[in-house]
Amino acid sequence: MKILVAVKRVIDYNVKVRVKADLTDVELANTKMGLNPFCEIAVEEAIRLKEKGVATEVVVVSIGNKASQEQLRTALALGADRGILIETEQVVDSLSVAKLLQAVVLEEKPELVILGKQSIDSDNGQTGQMLAALAGMPQATFASELTIADGQAIVVREVDGGLQTLELNLPAVVTTDLRLNEPRYASLPNIMKAKRKPLDVKTPEALGVDLKCYLKVIKVEPPTERQSGIVVESIGELVTKLKNEAKVIG
Amino acid sequence: MTILVIAEHDNVELKPVTLNVIQAATEVAKVTGKEIEVLVAGFDCRAVADQAVKANGIGKVLLVDDEAYSSQLAESMSSLIIKIAAKYSHILAPASTSGKNFMPRVAALLDVAQISEIISVESENTFKRPIYAGNAIATVQSGDTKKVMTVRGTAFNPVDSNEHSIVEIVGVETPDVEKNTGSRHVADELVSTDRPELTSARVVISGGRGMANGDNFKLLDGIADKLGAAVGASRAAVDAGFVSNDMQVGQTGKIVAPELYIAVGISGAIQHLAGMKDSKVIVAINKDEDAPIFSVADYGVVIDLFEALPLFEQEL
Ligand SMILES: Cc1cc2nc3c(=O)[nH]c(=O)nc-3n(C[C@H](O)[C@H](O)[C@H](O)COP(=O)(O)OP(=O)(O)OC[C@H]3O[C@@H](n4cnc5c(N)ncnc54)[C@H](O)[C@@H]3O)c2cc1C
Ligand SMILES: Nc1ncnc2c1ncn2[C@@H]1O[C@H](COP(=O)(O)O)[C@@H](O)[C@H]1O
Repeated sequence: MKILVAVKRVIDYNVKVRVKADLTDVELANTKMGLNPFCEIAVEEAIRLKEKGVATEVVVVSIGNKASQEQLRTALALGADRGILIETEQVVDSLSVAKLLQAVVLEEKPELVILGKQSIDSDNGQTGQMLAALAGMPQATFASELTIADGQAIVVREVDGGLQTLELNLPAVVTTDLRLNEPRYASLPNIMKAKRKPLDVKTPEALGVDLKCYLKVIKVEPPTERQSGIVVESIGELVTKLKNEAKVIG
Repeated sequence: MTILVIAEHDNVELKPVTLNVIQAATEVAKVTGKEIEVLVAGFDCRAVADQAVKANGIGKVLLVDDEAYSSQLAESMSSLIIKIAAKYSHILAPASTSGKNFMPRVAALLDVAQISEIISVESENTFKRPIYAGNAIATVQSGDTKKVMTVRGTAFNPVDSNEHSIVEIVGVETPDVEKNTGSRHVADELVSTDRPELTSARVVISGGRGMANGDNFKLLDGIADKLGAAVGASRAAVDAGFVSNDMQVGQTGKIVAPELYIAVGISGAIQHLAGMKDSKVIVAINKDEDAPIFSVADYGVVIDLFEALPLFEQEL
């Protein structure tokens, strides 16, 4: 079974972003970048399926500028077999990403596609579902457990009320939640080995996808800051303040 | 053209967040003069439609009652919505795990963008939404003829529910609904609680890694009982297995904005703050005076939580 994993280069999750003074975007120059945490979990899950003998090949794909090769190399160092970069300097909307991924799906014919549930930059949370719709595949989002058996994927999903289990025919799309697994660290020898693994570079044009801008960002602002509060000396004082000053308890 | 709101429900009860989404729709209606319709799709869900008609400001409730929608799987929900989509300019659903599951499919099948988790309506085609875990707010403009969007419930006040409604319920037949979607519902393991629902509770008390184990969450229960609060948690507490995943507050968990949020043994990582920093009053109980949670707290107490919690319960 071949697994395709979509990975995105994003700002490192520990960085507190700042909005640019001209309110056009957030400051990304000289910021630490990394693999989207949910994509890291997606790669880990695919590699575990390969280690279990369920998967035969793990292909990672990313859409972005040249620098996204770094994230593909990270995924290869973690154990993926082959990378595909769809290179563009443009900011690509989720729907265009899904269309590009769909073009890759048609070429690669994977039986399972794993994506993160959300990119931590755009917080969109939609690409996997869009791809599933375009590819006509069943989907299971927010997966916290994935089992492949008898040509099906059994997925436990994290939903607002608790957990839900679905059974999907393959090929299918799964998006990862945080508790699916804990990603490993790449070892130095594996990082070295990853440099020699195949990494294909393609263009959106070659895949026949027109990068339409569906949603224009017209402004990016900082959120309203909270007034700084006070430290009180005791729980007694806290309760008094909540009753008499904030008036939020009776 | 009309505005469509997809109701959130479990075939029995209309979830309150639907009323917040109707408020967002009302704001679109104000600038467009359009009418709002509410879709209740489920199985044996007439009771939900009976509740939905009471929502103020809507023109009609569409009821689709078919076994195909019993668990509202993304495949069947999206295929239903695109079948009726022609007359709608705006399609809105809550940014719940359900709305987030099927709405992007709806958008892709209609070949339009999906606008995730809007927090304000600026005009017919312009909306605000948080990005980077709420560290920036983007104003986005859609060039599509149809706007498909999810709505952050806490950013809109719920519309009133009127007992004497004259809104009609219209049954919608969907004979050509796709039943063989390759996805089957196997089981739900839902956590039942007598407490208010996290995202709509007036008071929320959350525990973090500092709680040390699941048993200690009992210390929060006594306080929650007295305050009528919902109990939440940080991801670290969920990951450590102290409590179940449905309690996670944050960027990738639930977004809450209660009148009072009490964070106990939570450091205040940006991903946690993303889920609660719009609360009206924030209280932090933490033994580390340098914990980042204090930077957003209105009232902080630097104290060991095991000493603080029994005292807190007593004082109430
Ligand atoms: C992609 C991604 C998404 C994430 N999404 C979320 C999310 O949605 N929600 C979320 O919460 N996190 C999320 N996280 C995790 C987040 O980064 C933090 O790791 C997490 O919030 C930390 O939880 P915590 O504050 O409980 O634990 P810690 O950071 O370990 O803090 C524990 C705190 O308890 C205090 N403490 C310990 N013992 C006591 C005591 N006896 N009395 C008083 N205080 C005590 C300590 O001083 C400390 O401040 C996400 C992370 C990533 C990478
Ligand atoms: N530019 C991209 N390249 C590769 N994968 C992506 C890209 N954008 C989104 N994805 C995938 O889609 C998931 C959800 O992203 P989003 O819908 O943007 O929140 C991510 O975790 C990735 O797996």
